Amino acid sequence: MMIITGIVYEALPFLLQGAVTTISLVVSALFFGFIIGLPLAIGQVYGCLWVKKIINIYVWFFRGLPVLVLLFLFYYGLFSITGLNISAFLSAVLVLGLRSAAYQSQIFRGSIQSISEGQLMAASALGMNKLKAVWNIILPQALRLSIPGWSNEYPAMLTESSITYAIGVTEVLTRGSFIASRTYQPMPIYLTCAVIFLFLSYLGLKMLHILEIKFKIPGFE
Amino acid sequence: MEQNKELILEIKDIHKSYNGKAVLKGISFNVFKGETKVIIGPSGMGKSTLLRCINQLTVPDKGSVWLKGQEITHRDAKNINKLRQKIGFVFQDFNLFDHLTAVGNVEIALIKVKGMKKQEARNKAIFELKKVGLEKQASLYPAELSGGQKQRVSIARAFAMEPEIMLFDEPTSALDPELIGEVLSVMKELANEGVTMIVVSHEMGFAQTVADEILFLDGGKLLEAGPPEKIFCEPKYKRTKKFLSTLNELYGNVEGNKR
Amino acid sequence: MVNPDFIINILAPSLLEGLQMTIKLIMYSAPTGLGIGIIIASGRVYGNWLLSRFCRLYIVFFRGTPLLIQLFILYYGFPTIGISFSPFTAATLGFILCSSAYHAEYIRGAIQSIKSGQILAAQSLGMSKMSAIVNIVLPQALRRAAPGCSNEIIYLIKYTSLAFMVTCIELTGAGKIVASRYFEYTAVFLAVGAIYLVMVSAATHIFHNLERKFAIPGIE
Repeated sequence: MMIITGIVYEALPFLLQGAVTTISLVVSALFFGFIIGLPLAIGQVYGCLWVKKIINIYVWFFRGLPVLVLLFLFYYGLFSITGLNISAFLSAVLVLGLRSAAYQSQIFRGSIQSISEGQLMAASALGMNKLKAVWNIILPQALRLSIPGWSNEYPAMLTESSITYAIGVTEVLTRGSFIASRTYQPMPIYLTCAVIFLFLSYLGLKMLHILEIKFKIPGFE
Repeated sequence: MEQNKELILEIKDIHKSYNGKAVLKGISFNVFKGETKVIIGPSGMGKSTLLRCINQLTVPDKGSVWLKGQEITHRDAKNINKLRQKIGFVFQDFNLFDHLTAVGNVEIALIKVKGMKKQEARNKAIFELKKVGLEKQASLYPAELSGGQKQRVSIARAFAMEPEIMLFDEPTSALDPELIGEVLSVMKELANEGVTMIVVSHEMGFAQTVADEILFLDGGKLLEAGPPEKIFCEPKYKRTKKFLSTLNELYGNVEGNKR
Repeated sequence: MVNPDFIINILAPSLLEGLQMTIKLIMYSAPTGLGIGIIIASGRVYGNWLLSRFCRLYIVFFRGTPLLIQLFILYYGFPTIGISFSPFTAATLGFILCSSAYHAEYIRGAIQSIKSGQILAAQSLGMSKMSAIVNIVLPQALRRAAPGCSNEIIYLIKYTSLAFMVTCIELTGAGKIVASRYFEYTAVFLAVGAIYLVMVSAATHIFHNLERKFAIPGIE
């Protein structure tokens, strides 16, 4: 027992460094997913026919493939063809981000569609063009409505981020497996990794909850 | 009272409180075979609680309930399920099983509780639905039935178990006025057939024509009991009189309702 | 471009073999995961204090930690305390545990949305609580939880690719082996991805039809 506690105690700083990598990965990918996902949602609601079709295919593709397959396809395949020497971490951010964009776009699309036509008409009546109306009137409302659904993306992304182990991103699990194979104590090490993820998940949801309260406006739930 | 008739239900000194507030403070009465008792009284005064104490959906704090000489109170879970089969219960808000058709609602307990064969249960269920005039609606789901139809299905569902006694908990109070009649006429028919029943209701017309005895429940006690003529025309207590006159204002003259 | 010989003689047979393993993993873990999810959800809602607590912890742990860690604990961790699983068993177990927790959360929500009068009515007819849960509550709750549970099984189809991480060679693993040997990553993983797309689209279609087939007016 003493030995095990000692191993966990010694491994902890190393694993927590991995937690920093995990958080940067998750936050970057969610942010990237947001930047891509929001225009996708707008395009899916307001775009012309072929824009809608292309976006549908994008969403279908990224939601239909396993994360692992996407990582392999992009990291070993498509990215290496470019010859740009994209790092494992950056590949992970791009792949998880593109994938998240597909999921996030569906959340935003639902919120945009739930906002009444009248809002857009009222904006046009004030002389706004469509782009301005969407940007100034529809999106502020839609984004607030999206917060609860969007909050679920965080724990999903967090648990999925561990799959980047497969391409060698030095996040929690990769570091864990390194120590586990060196110390021959996989059980306590992996359980510690699990606890770190539980903690990160709890922490993130708490912060999202605070965000949710801060942006609350009467009449929106 | 009618001592020559068979005693079906004995209720002895039932007490029940919620969060320190006494709702029932010692209720006792007997029900004989073929009798129809109507319980009236101000709302929130424990009428529904009393009915639920009879079939143990609510467990009384004190007192006992006996069905044909068998105690219902103080039973373990298995025995109470057996005894509940013999007490039909009709809820205010129907509580039809939403995932089953009308006939499915009537036959499920026949199959799962009484262990009947499927075909036998189906025949019995159709027979019971016919009795309440709903054989055409047998394959409809609760969401496709009107409130009155739902309540008639729920009466058929309870009656199909061939209970010794039927309990009705304000069976018409969740219904639109124009749908009340169809439910009351089903209940009248049952009463005329000699089904033993206790009805919590404010339908005074029904009470006057069908009840053998009216019980006035107020302040957690049975304030007054007697045949309808007596309760309606010469109530002993002021409170009974006051309650009846409030009902008159709400539902029209009680005397005038007499058919 | 990719050599057609490579596709017909090397890629296709390996992927086909991997696909068989993938389907086996799905067939073993999807129904069992759903079944255990139903039990965990019922225990969470109707169990006594201890059982309910246990089921809650179960749900929090298996939903809150990455599936890959769960697989590593099963495959690499358990042998150190004397319990060894084959790669296939470890993967299947992991998928069952994880997906059952997600199912349980959907079903719990559905159970709690069902009016208490349904159980009261069942009890008034003489049904035991157990019988009321099985015959009255669950048929309604499962219909309400169906969209969530269908989604969960579709996730599971994709997550079976993680079996490869504990050396169970399924579709993705078979692809990876061919891809690294012949250095054909893009083509191989496009092919692998296409197979997943077909499976996921087919499953979506099937679940959609099932949901429609079992739909009942008034229950959604």
